[in-house]
Amino acid sequence: MHNLESRNIATGFAFLHDEAGFAIGETPIAYSPSDTYGRAIAVGLLNTLRVSVIAIVVATLLGTLVGVARLSQNWLLARLAGFYVEVVRNTPLLLHLFFWYAVITQNMPHPRQAYDLLPGVFVSNRGITLPRLEGAGMDGLLGGLALAIVLLIVAQLCRRHSAICRLITRPTNALIVLLALPALGWWMTGAPIEWDVPRLAGFNFRGGLTLSPEFAALLGGLILYTTAFIAEVVRSGIQAVSRGQWEAAASLGLPRRLVLRLVVLPQALRVIVPPMASQYLNITKNSSLAVAIGYPDLVSVVNTTLNQTGQAIEGILIIMAAYLTVSLSISLLMNWYNRRIVLVER
Amino acid sequence: MPRSTLTEAGSAPEAVWLRLKKRLFSSPLNTLLTVLIAWLLLMVVPPTVEWLLLDADFRSSSAQGCADSSGACWAFIAEKHRLILFGLYPYDEQWRPLLASCILLGLIVLSAVRRFWRPSLALGWLVGLLLVGVLMWGGAFGLSHVENTRWGGLPLTLILATFGIAFAFPLGVLLALGRRSRMPLIKAVCVLYIELIRGVPLISLLFMSSVMLPLFLPEGFSIDKLLRAQIAIILFAAAYIAETVRGGLQSIPRGQYEGADSLGLSYWQQMRKIVLPQALAVVIGPLVSIFISLFKDTSLVVVIGIFDLTQSAKAALADPQWQGFGAEAYLFIGLIYFFFCFSISRYSLAVEKRLQGAHGSTHYLS
Repeated sequence: MHNLESRNIATGFAFLHDEAGFAIGETPIAYSPSDTYGRAIAVGLLNTLRVSVIAIVVATLLGTLVGVARLSQNWLLARLAGFYVEVVRNTPLLLHLFFWYAVITQNMPHPRQAYDLLPGVFVSNRGITLPRLEGAGMDGLLGGLALAIVLLIVAQLCRRHSAICRLITRPTNALIVLLALPALGWWMTGAPIEWDVPRLAGFNFRGGLTLSPEFAALLGGLILYTTAFIAEVVRSGIQAVSRGQWEAAASLGLPRRLVLRLVVLPQALRVIVPPMASQYLNITKNSSLAVAIGYPDLVSVVNTTLNQTGQAIEGILIIMAAYLTVSLSISLLMNWYNRRIVLVER
Repeated sequence: MPRSTLTEAGSAPEAVWLRLKKRLFSSPLNTLLTVLIAWLLLMVVPPTVEWLLLDADFRSSSAQGCADSSGACWAFIAEKHRLILFGLYPYDEQWRPLLASCILLGLIVLSAVRRFWRPSLALGWLVGLLLVGVLMWGGAFGLSHVENTRWGGLPLTLILATFGIAFAFPLGVLLALGRRSRMPLIKAVCVLYIELIRGVPLISLLFMSSVMLPLFLPEGFSIDKLLRAQIAIILFAAAYIAETVRGGLQSIPRGQYEGADSLGLSYWQQMRKIVLPQALAVVIGPLVSIFISLFKDTSLVVVIGIFDLTQSAKAALADPQWQGFGAEAYLFIGLIYFFFCFSISRYSLAVEKRLQGAHGSTHYLS
């Protein structure tokens, strides 16, 4: 404890109420340097969650595709997927992040000569600029969608006990709910939805949605990296289903697509879900590499905080608490899902 | 599954065509996929090859010369390879880290060959590591002393990874045994340790080691920064190794424990002679992937300013004379990382296959 005293460091979390005094590049909630450390850390946490959630969703979709592609009958496709997985899995994530960050900031042109990938999508050394849907109608639409998802989750939870819940969770009805509620929300606000297409104004783009180079490199790197791991999880899950199951299903006259969907995937899912959960945890933890390319995630903000205040122990405790909370939430969610799909033996 | 068709056809042109047809054009969907991928490859591969090789500049002596060519600037790597590979180690002494890396690599390769799996290998490691230490530090046999703050590049990455695995593995095995222990205190401590460490990212541990650890040490006592990072890596990897080994331990049937008990073996004898050899053999695959991620994770020491391979590549990029060759530098060290990780993973596949053969089990690998 002597070193603590000699550096004049007081313990405790009182510093969270002090003025932070440093700026943060990307702020999902309003933040200025005159706000408190507590708020700065909240901004960091939201940044971490934002990048993790998007990466989890996209990497799951892509990873499943690549995993299935590796087992494809098409030799070219299988080889291509295998090549991708091997290259990515055997190089450090940090290198991917540095590489993409360097490519975006050094090898991409200025906004004036930006690559126009698709209409309205521009890639320049200021990041990636996308068109964005805007207007009050959009709020209604998103509100309706959120409501629909909550409703479906609740219905899923109570389906054992109530006939109404069972009715809602039927696939067709669920689809209707998912489409109708957002439409209703849009209709109730009565406002139209517009595309906000980015335009070049001066030296940069105006309007649209801009992903900063840091965010784009982190998100892209995380997705590309984790896709390879998820692909392996999916592939080994599918291969864990014995050949007999494939052959039996094929001898019933099912085409390969249906064999995969009706017979193999439901069984493979049991093998896939636990390692998939740990991949999701890895994405969240790996997003902390953001600090190396300057994206203000939780670790990066807390690090700045502890450099300024010297509250190292508290800072580390905050990081641990935040990650443990996220980890435990993901574990709980995945365990719950796992219990639902696991084989019930009699 | 593609493998099953491998042996069917011979090499006659007709057979080759048949095989091709089966693999690429067996159905309309398959044909469409093939055409799409071929188109994609045609769009991507030629420009990539042009950038990588045809238009690349291998010889220019300045960034200006490189700017004239539209391809990659490998001249940058040629100019900076010593800095990237050996970091800030004194230029004239760089044969020492080179030799040290060769010794480490030689030891690793020797350990992979089954013929050398005997007690003298341990002696070889001891002598080898001692030699590596003497070469890197110097201060003896007429070698000048080099502070470890000046170590860097590939040797440092290899050292971090080798020592990391060497210490994390036994610690991880002990933690796994502890987690399955019947003594509640030991079990609780191990569970807490494993879950806490696995819950946080390695970066936060590294920050902790660089910021927090010094605050808690007694007065006048300090641990070297490199050593602290090494300890953080070991503590981190041990938790993951523990969980994997626990999986192996759980797969050992009760009968094995009871059999060992009835032989009158003590706990440690049981573990060492009966349980662990079987448990570890089951989890070789996952264990090796942990070793590979440990090797990749050594790159994270960048965030606390230790000069490993990645950091020295960044240092090479910081030269104002040579600006904007990030892609080339990262591809170069990416290739180095890939070479090591890919070799390890191929080796582990071979070992797994041989072990499966040895146990006489009939596994269907697709």
